[in-house]
Amino acid sequence: MYDVIIIGGGVVGSSIARELSKYDIKVLLIEKEDDVASGGASKANSAILHAGYDPVPGTLKAKLNVRGNEMFDELCKDLDVPMKRVGSLVAAFSQDEVESLYKLYDRGLKNGVKNISIISADMVKEIEPNINDTIVAALYAKTAGIICPYGFVIALAENAAQNGVEFVFNQEVISIDKEDDVFTVKTQDKEYFGKYIVNAAGLYADVINNMVNDKRFSIHPRKGEYLILDKEEGYLANTVIFQVPTKMGKGILVSPTVDGNLLIGPTSEDIYNKEFRKTTYKGLEKAIKGAKKSVEKFNERKTITQFTGVRAVPDVDGEDFIIGESDVKGFINVAGIESPGFTSSPAIAEMVGEILKDAGLNMVEKDNFNPKRKPVIRFNELTDEERNELIKKNPAYGKIICRCETVTEGEIIDAIRRPVGAKSIDGVKRRVRAGMGRCQGGFCSPRVLEILSRELNADPLNVTKFGGRSNVLTAKAKEYLINSYKELLKSGV
Amino acid sequence: MEYDIVIIGAGPAGLGAAVEAYEKGVRNILIIERDSYPGGILQQCIHNGFGLIEFKEELSGPEYAERFIEKVRKYGINMMLNTMVLNISSDKIVKAVNQENGVMEIKAKAIILAMGCRERPRGAISIPGTRPAGIFTAGTAQRYVNMEGYMPGKEIVILGSGDIGLIMARRFTLEGATVKAVVELMPYSSGLTRNIVQCLDDFGIPLLLSHTVIEIRGKERVEGVTIAQVDENKKPILSTAKYISCDTLILSVGLIPENELSKSAGIMLDPVTGGPLVNESMETNVEGIFACGNVLQVHDLVDNVTKEARLAADSAVKYINKMLIKEGRHIDVKAGSGIRYVVPQMVNYENIDDKVKFHMRPTDVYKNAYITVKSGDKQIIRKKMQRLTPGEMILIDVPKDKFLSDDLSPVGEITFEVEVV
Repeated sequence: MYDVIIIGGGVVGSSIARELSKYDIKVLLIEKEDDVASGGASKANSAILHAGYDPVPGTLKAKLNVRGNEMFDELCKDLDVPMKRVGSLVAAFSQDEVESLYKLYDRGLKNGVKNISIISADMVKEIEPNINDTIVAALYAKTAGIICPYGFVIALAENAAQNGVEFVFNQEVISIDKEDDVFTVKTQDKEYFGKYIVNAAGLYADVINNMVNDKRFSIHPRKGEYLILDKEEGYLANTVIFQVPTKMGKGILVSPTVDGNLLIGPTSEDIYNKEFRKTTYKGLEKAIKGAKKSVEKFNERKTITQFTGVRAVPDVDGEDFIIGESDVKGFINVAGIESPGFTSSPAIAEMVGEILKDAGLNMVEKDNFNPKRKPVIRFNELTDEERNELIKKNPAYGKIICRCETVTEGEIIDAIRRPVGAKSIDGVKRRVRAGMGRCQGGFCSPRVLEILSRELNADPLNVTKFGGRSNVLTAKAKEYLINSYKELLKSGV
Repeated sequence: MEYDIVIIGAGPAGLGAAVEAYEKGVRNILIIERDSYPGGILQQCIHNGFGLIEFKEELSGPEYAERFIEKVRKYGINMMLNTMVLNISSDKIVKAVNQENGVMEIKAKAIILAMGCRERPRGAISIPGTRPAGIFTAGTAQRYVNMEGYMPGKEIVILGSGDIGLIMARRFTLEGATVKAVVELMPYSSGLTRNIVQCLDDFGIPLLLSHTVIEIRGKERVEGVTIAQVDENKKPILSTAKYISCDTLILSVGLIPENELSKSAGIMLDPVTGGPLVNESMETNVEGIFACGNVLQVHDLVDNVTKEARLAADSAVKYINKMLIKEGRHIDVKAGSGIRYVVPQMVNYENIDDKVKFHMRPTDVYKNAYITVKSGDKQIIRKKMQRLTPGEMILIDVPKDKFLSDDLSPVGEITFEVEVV
């Protein structure tokens, strides 16, 4: 019997798991995919820590965004996650748009955002020499930052696991029942029992809620298409460059990534199928065209990959996050966590802790909680002396597997062996960047597959790209020939 | 560590250069290779057709490589395997790492770049759709099948008709998989004619020219692709869209010379070839650093790589013996109409022995055309070509005396052109 069962291993579920791991309670996180941050919005988003001038004052979004943003310095230090407070600009390219800047500025002040100002075109040019000359003014928010989103989620999950939270993967929740204050959570293979349920199922939070609650809601998917450009183009943006927002969101941005690439996007389009996460010609063209409004100079031919992210938009009034205990006692919804959900997640986790306390969960702080994740060795960032010492101790750090991103075998083995370790090619990729460079795994994916197969003691045929039936290889060589020969024999030819 | 010549890469270019440098009298040579065996991509090319020019016989890739590996062994040339070069400086210090030595700095009198090329991935050509398992570049698939002994799929569509893609179409078929189509964006194949015949025609595999993949479908594994014809501007004509079910999409959409290290040494690159700008000696703008093979320009025949490697090695030997002339009269080499690029991009007249071999590719398919070499308005060479295609490299020798103008001083520039009659 668990005290709390968290459903969903995105940034929200993992933040809550890490927060609850501070207390002497038994916590389980159930995830339908094979890894954390591998299904929905936490994997594919703008990778930004928003300053907090966007949400309407008084909303949960406003409060949790500003609080969440403040929490990242300590969290990233403890969890050894790269994050850069590069600041953000909302760029106005006409006088009309400048008016919107003042509205955002006022909101920011009301929301308690520190270090925001409206700056002139000349000042913008100083910060962003490559922004288009048509720039009129910008709202400058120094507290905005960039981060690797899945890297953060993985770090949270590892630290939560280190502190005793259990994780199960590849288990999709198919029903939830409540009897005598005990919830039974059924997945395709198993049953789990818990006193409290935290619904952090992202795009599917409505499905989970509707399994137990008479008060139903629904989550609408809104997709956004992005492009990632080669590091050669990374110099084009120093800050996160937004445009003046519209109803559909914060518009198309141009941003450096924490790894030095250039990110452009997202488009914004309501879709009707949550699994409809594909890129389209139209969308990619739109993203490029939109981004050119801010920075003309980038070369879209330097794109190394494109992806689609899906935001979870709730259908309730007020367009706010849905966070709180539902009509079913002990069932806590954390739903509709669209932007600025990522930035808000640590604050959401704190809030969920309070809600559980108020709902009667006995939360006694552990005396052995370790807030720090075991540091990650990143070969690329070491000095040569440090590298040599490391290689002497562990020669696997002297073998480069991913050429483009200079990732060693040692780092890949570590990523697999860590708590909540990588189990697939993409799991390795998200943890150490092997395969994320300009050749996109052309050289290293067979090597990574070999290492995974060895470390997990799995047949190479069973190694997947991202779990499920995403097997990379389909047969041993000659197997198809032998099979067709056998069939010929059977048919008597 | 100090060497006369450090060669980066033990593929055909690196091996060829090492053998040549040794035979020209240099003993203190080091080859650095990131993989665990020498031979480079040749080791996964188990088909034949290598060596027709070099050895006058048909060899497989590993056999071709072996001829050079044997010599490297016999000569006792130093080779560091499993060693990755992290950085090259303009004063020819190579920083590399491996498991035995850790990070090391190696000083070289001359460096020969022979790092080869890599394949363009899906992102580079922006195919929309989902991102399931089952999308491979042709070279990665080749490695799985020929070296690891695994099949990446059973029902296959190949995008791009580059040579590796064509060869893999045959390979998959021989392994019992079905290649449903080879889809090519251009109105002509970018592979060698002999590969179209031997790898597609002989097996009845359809080649769809002026077509492309407009969407990849499938959630976990590729389930199919939608293809469409493209118009003159390479824009898909949506009314021609056709769905092909398959479990695998193979990309053979071009190779890019791998010049990240070259950049770290301050070497200037040709925006068209993606390789360094070099002179007649295969020397880059950084003195004493030479380039050859696919890191310089993507070749279609390994035999030509070997030739280029010899020239680079000869020059490196001359350089360390101070026999390479730096001062002198420079001739600019230009690609004119119908020619995409020419390598080398410049010539120092003083260093020409008897002729300069130029490599180039046409921009389009031409029949019964001439390649002309001009200096100003004056035509200095005119060579009849039966068929020109971007998939086949053109080699033109220009004798030393052709670089001279009427007053016997070297010309300022020469231009290569396709002349259609």
